[in-house]
Amino acid sequence: MSAITRKEVEHVANLARLQLTEEEAERYTKDLNAILDFAAKLNELDTSQVQPTSHATDVKNVMREDVNRPSLPIAEVLKNAPDHEDDQFKVPAVFE
Amino acid sequence: MSLFDKRLSEIHSALRAKELSVTDLVQASVASIKEHDDQIKSVLEVDEEGALAHARKLDQQLAKGEELGLLYGLPAGLKDNMVTKGIRTTCASKFLSNYDPVYDGTVSQKVKEAGSVIVAKLNMDEFAMGGSNENSGFFPTKNPWNTDYVPGGSSGGSAAAMAARHFYYTLGSDTGGSIRQPAAFCGVVGLKPTYGRVSRFGLVAFASSLDQIGPITKNVEDAAYVLQAIAGHDAYDSTSANVEVPDFLSALTGDVKGLRIGVPKELIGEGIDPEVREAVLAALKQLESLGATWSEVSMPHTEYAVPAYYLLASSEASSNLARFDGVRYGVRADNADNLIELYKESRSQGFGPEVKRRIMLGTYALSSGYYDAYYKKAQQVRTLIIQDFNNIFADFDVILHPTTPTTAFKIGEKVDDPVKMYLEDICTVPVNLAGLPAISVPCGFAKSGLPIGLQIVGKAFDESTVLRVAHAYEQSVGHHLRKPEWVRG
Repeated sequence: MSAITRKEVEHVANLARLQLTEEEAERYTKDLNAILDFAAKLNELDTSQVQPTSHATDVKNVMREDVNRPSLPIAEVLKNAPDHEDDQFKVPAVFE
Repeated sequence: MSLFDKRLSEIHSALRAKELSVTDLVQASVASIKEHDDQIKSVLEVDEEGALAHARKLDQQLAKGEELGLLYGLPAGLKDNMVTKGIRTTCASKFLSNYDPVYDGTVSQKVKEAGSVIVAKLNMDEFAMGGSNENSGFFPTKNPWNTDYVPGGSSGGSAAAMAARHFYYTLGSDTGGSIRQPAAFCGVVGLKPTYGRVSRFGLVAFASSLDQIGPITKNVEDAAYVLQAIAGHDAYDSTSANVEVPDFLSALTGDVKGLRIGVPKELIGEGIDPEVREAVLAALKQLESLGATWSEVSMPHTEYAVPAYYLLASSEASSNLARFDGVRYGVRADNADNLIELYKESRSQGFGPEVKRRIMLGTYALSSGYYDAYYKKAQQVRTLIIQDFNNIFADFDVILHPTTPTTAFKIGEKVDDPVKMYLEDICTVPVNLAGLPAISVPCGFAKSGLPIGLQIVGKAFDESTVLRVAHAYEQSVGHHLRKPEWVRG
């Protein structure tokens, strides 16, 4: 596995919706390289015949009846929102 | 003796006999926090008013002669990633510094239904990411045995507060050892139940396939009581297991005759501090004298557990933490001109360095071109680790090894080296990957005076055996009775 470059770190930060400072970009390039080096240890194992595990329980596709259930009042739901208007969350304009 | 050193049955007798009130218990908790928490900084928020009002209500019920719930009158502290209606819930993150939940999580609700009073919310590594509490967005918690040392993490506040006897019990959450490791570092009992045993509804998600809530207590009996109260299927958590909840208290028989213990050579040899190894070997001798037998076994994939864990946990975290965007809750950056900038600025200002590091790692591991090499590979290794456990459990009842390779480390000692910090988790993460129940109980003290933890791992949904073994051991040696000198009583 190849090393992660500063440019890739900035790309990943963008995917993760993080705005890194110059210092952070440096730091995370170094840290991610160290962690990925460490993770490369997994390549010692041949897993070509191994099924992946996403969770350790037997529970699968839990369904419920599609019926209305009580939900929180709108005022409560909006209580923690940084900004809201007319019973809706408010954000800066998405389109010009 | 502090009130909170008493057995639950003694507390309940005193309540019934009117020698004690729930208000007395809650006042004792608040007083302990006010007088002593400055030394260890385990508490983020005390709900004194709410707790005393709740106590008065319980005292009125008591006066009417109503039957006492399982945890009646017991003051509790909850790790601050469990949402509590009307009590600020921050996950020790600046991002959520103003978050006031409008509902109770299932566990918060269950402890209240059992008659317990939530007195305070406890410090932690931000969003449960860390093993030292140095990643709290507010201030680090210190180890009650020696305040130059970390209490462990991420439930470091819960473990330190328990060692300080601020509460009758505390709750933590465990994704890769976050209940057991701080319990070991602070000389208290910490139980991670089987994945699915306890509802995660209202637990702010870190890694959804690994997270599990459990008790931190002064002894095993208390852990059994608390687990009894919080366990069970919950329709609000589709991953909670629809299985019967046994009577955990009746498991505490003291009898371990004929018990078969497997001890993985990978977790007792190289890399384990000699003092820790000696304490665990002494515990094995003790269990032998009680009628158990033990053999060395092998978990050949142990050395791969930590890298697999960090890839999986960080991947899940990068997805879970996408919800923190400054729109529905939390702190919004005020310098954004458009929506994307609002996300980016809010997240960059709100998250601390370790949380960003893990979001970055997880995003990378899940990104196009790297998914197979990292995320899927780690999932396959997870399968191999589960097979290691299955192989041992075909012949043994429990697996036993240290909770941590060393005793608590000094504050600041490992903050600059994430890989070194992650390797601390070698004894705890395999259990989360396999979803198994495990407990840490005190098994002695190093020359430094710092506590050592013994870990007992059981089969899925067999908390009863884990508790039985831990209880038999604990009662026969009494290491759990020792408290830091400054702790009252």
